[in-house]
This record gives sequence, C-alpha cells and structure tokens, in this order.
Amino acid sequence: MKMDKQPTPLERFINGILPENPVYRQVLGMCPTLAVTNNLKGAMTMAGAVCFVLLCANVITSLIRDLLKPHLRIVVFTLTIATFVTIVDRFLAAYMYQMSKQLGPYVPLIIVNCIIICRCEVCASKQPVITAAADALGQSVGYAMALASIAFVREIMGTGMLFGFRVLPAVWPDWVIMILPPGAFLTLGLLMGLVNFVIMRLSSTNDKHAGGTA
Amino acid sequence: MNDSLNGKNSGKLRVKKNFMIQAWLVLFLSVFFGVSLAAVQLTLSPKIKANKLNETMKNVPGLLPGHYAPDALKISRRFLTAVSGGVKKSYSLFTAMSGKTLVGYVVKASGQGYSDSIDALIGLDASLSRITGVFILSQKETPGLGGKITDPEWRAQFIDKPTDRPLKVVKTGARASNEIDAITGATISSRSLCSIINQAVSDVKGILESNEKSSQQVTGVNENG
Repeated sequence: MKMDKQPTPLERFINGILPENPVYRQVLGMCPTLAVTNNLKGAMTMAGAVCFVLLCANVITSLIRDLLKPHLRIVVFTLTIATFVTIVDRFLAAYMYQMSKQLGPYVPLIIVNCIIICRCEVCASKQPVITAAADALGQSVGYAMALASIAFVREIMGTGMLFGFRVLPAVWPDWVIMILPPGAFLTLGLLMGLVNFVIMRLSSTNDKHAGGTA
Repeated sequence: MNDSLNGKNSGKLRVKKNFMIQAWLVLFLSVFFGVSLAAVQLTLSPKIKANKLNETMKNVPGLLPGHYAPDALKISRRFLTAVSGGVKKSYSLFTAMSGKTLVGYVVKASGQGYSDSIDALIGLDASLSRITGVFILSQKETPGLGGKITDPEWRAQFIDKPTDRPLKVVKTGARASNEIDAITGATISSRSLCSIINQAVSDVKGILESNEKSSQQVTGVNENG
C-alpha cells in the first residue's frame, strides 16, 4: 500500500491553500460554495463548520487508518463525517440560532461535501495524524479564502454591504442578481478563471527562472 | 483464491470473510458515535428549544391586530389537541391580553411542506374572524422557490383574510377574498402552507368555540383567555 513518496505536513498545508485549493483548483464542494456565499457572515460560518468537520474527520480517520478494510472505508468515512456534521448542526442551532436558520439545509449537507471525503481518502487514510491535521487546516484555509472571495464580491455588489455594514455609498444601485443564484455562478466562474490565470502565469515565470521553487 | 489452502486455513478464512467480523469497526463506530450524538443532543436540546420559544415569543406581537409595544402585552401559552379523521394534531396557542382586553391569538402549527415540515405562526383577531398575520418559523423548502414562503411581501397576502371559508391557492391572480397567489414555481409549497393554515384555523376555532360554549354553560363566564 505504501506510495512512493507522500507529501510532508507543511507541503500538505501549503497545497491546500492555493495549488490544490478545494474550490478553485479541485472544484469540489460546489453546492455550499454557490448557495451560502451571498453574504460574508454566512460564508464564514460555513467555512468554520467545514473546518471543524474536516479536522475531526481527518484526525479520526488517520488514527484508525490501519484498521480500515478497503471495501468498508467509505462507510467509515461517511459515518465519521455525519457524526461531526450533526454535532456542528446542533451546536449552531443552540448558540447561533439565526445563522443556523439562514444556512438551513446546507449545514447537514456538509455530510455529502466531497472535499471532506476526498481528504479522508487521499490523505488521512494513508498518512499520520499530524499530516492529516495539517492537510485539514490547509484545505480549510483554502476553502475559507475561496468562500470569502466569492462572498465578498457578491455581498458588496448585491447589497453594498460587508458583514452587514454599509460600505458603498447609497448611490450604488444594488445589483440584486449578485445575491441571487445567477450571481453565484457568474462570480465563481470569473474568479476561478482569474485564479487559474494567475497560477499559470506564476508557474510559467518560475519555469523561465530555471530552478525556481514552484 | 488459492487452491492449495489446507482445511485449517480455509476455516480461518471463513471466519475472516464473515461480514459481521469484517464490519466490526463499522459496528463499533456506529455505537460509539450514536452514544456521543445522544449526549450532544441531550446537552443542547434544552437550549435549542429555548431559542425556538424565544423566537416564537418575539414574533407573536407583530402578528396581532393593532400595534402594541412587545411588553404592553401579556402573552400566555397553552397546548391544544384536535382530532380530525383519526389524526391527532397539536397546537401551541398564544393568547395575548392587553390589560383585561383580549387582543388576539397566535397559533403555532406545523405540517408537511414540499420537502420537510413547515412550522408557522398564524395570528388571529380576538373574535377569530380574521387572520392577522402569518410568520414562518422553520422550513426547508427549495431555496429560491418554495423558500419564498418566508418573504414578507408574499406573507402580507394573508393579512385580513376572513376565516369563514378555507383559503385557496390560485395561479392566475387572486380575486376572491379567500384566494392567495401562488409563488411562481412553488405551487406545492404555497398550497402546503395554505392547508396548514386552513387546518389550524378550523381546528383552533372549533376548540375555542366549543370551550366557550361549555364554559358559558358551566360558569356563565364569557371570557376564557
């Protein structure tokens, strides 16, 4: 089962932020990405919830990785993820009631969020706990940044506000489309194009200066 | 897999291949996670219930006729159960008094929506003849379509509807006094909410009116808040 060479914890952490960003590079977890990014507060709560679930699921999976049977591993992943998602869901309902109402079904839907099952499969079921935790944190930071960037564009253009506070002058005609579902697709598409363009540019300049550390 | 296995090994293999033994980790984790979730639920559910009740209480004054400051009203809660067609339905009834006068009632009712149950608050005036407001406490309808049942503009249609006839959802512009415009693309959600309201209004009206009669017969007292 040993792969030739697995990334170190630091590599895992850095990879999650940009080179393997779950939203812009892996294009995973699109459902909450599109649905809860019409304001920053909701997007950040979702990112926090995903971070908690991903961290816990990765750590548990990594701890029991030697006991996993290949054909039963997905069941174990799903079981672990579902447990932590339920805990987050109940926690939000108890301490952030309005937010839990706003996020509605998207918190329980973290169970089927591919990011988490992907990290369990790719990293946590093969590497030790420290690496799995670093991987979870890196992916969570990458996910939070992606959600924040989309929510920033949508909230400021759609309502002229950030985190619920007015930042644009009242003359700004709120582009309602930005907070509606089409705005999510537009913003995601444009930002994804931009991020990939920048990454391509960076890697090609690195290639020119031969020996660059990619 | 291998023909040269001897008897002892194949016995071991059979035990190894037994589904229950292979799945021991799954079974163990299910029990372990189940117990932890039960503990979380036990710890947090009073808090969640209190949140829900708080929200209900906060919304009750806005659903009553007239404008009252929230603390000018005395709101008391009781539970009603109605049996219709062999199905038991229970409601929370909030009675709002301003001093000694009855301001109105708010009924908390729930029923099946398009995707999950809908919890709604329905305001009724003191004589139970008009609906004075509708508020959605919780719903999981399709976001953007059925989810619009929470829109204040759409809910405003219910204000001042008479309760003598059941409400009806129409798609072509409401004309009659008991007609409600459906949400485009979410006729089922609109209908579900209307039938929840109809059922709740008729049940509560039935209970309160029969209560009133019986209490008049027994004690002669008219007012039973």
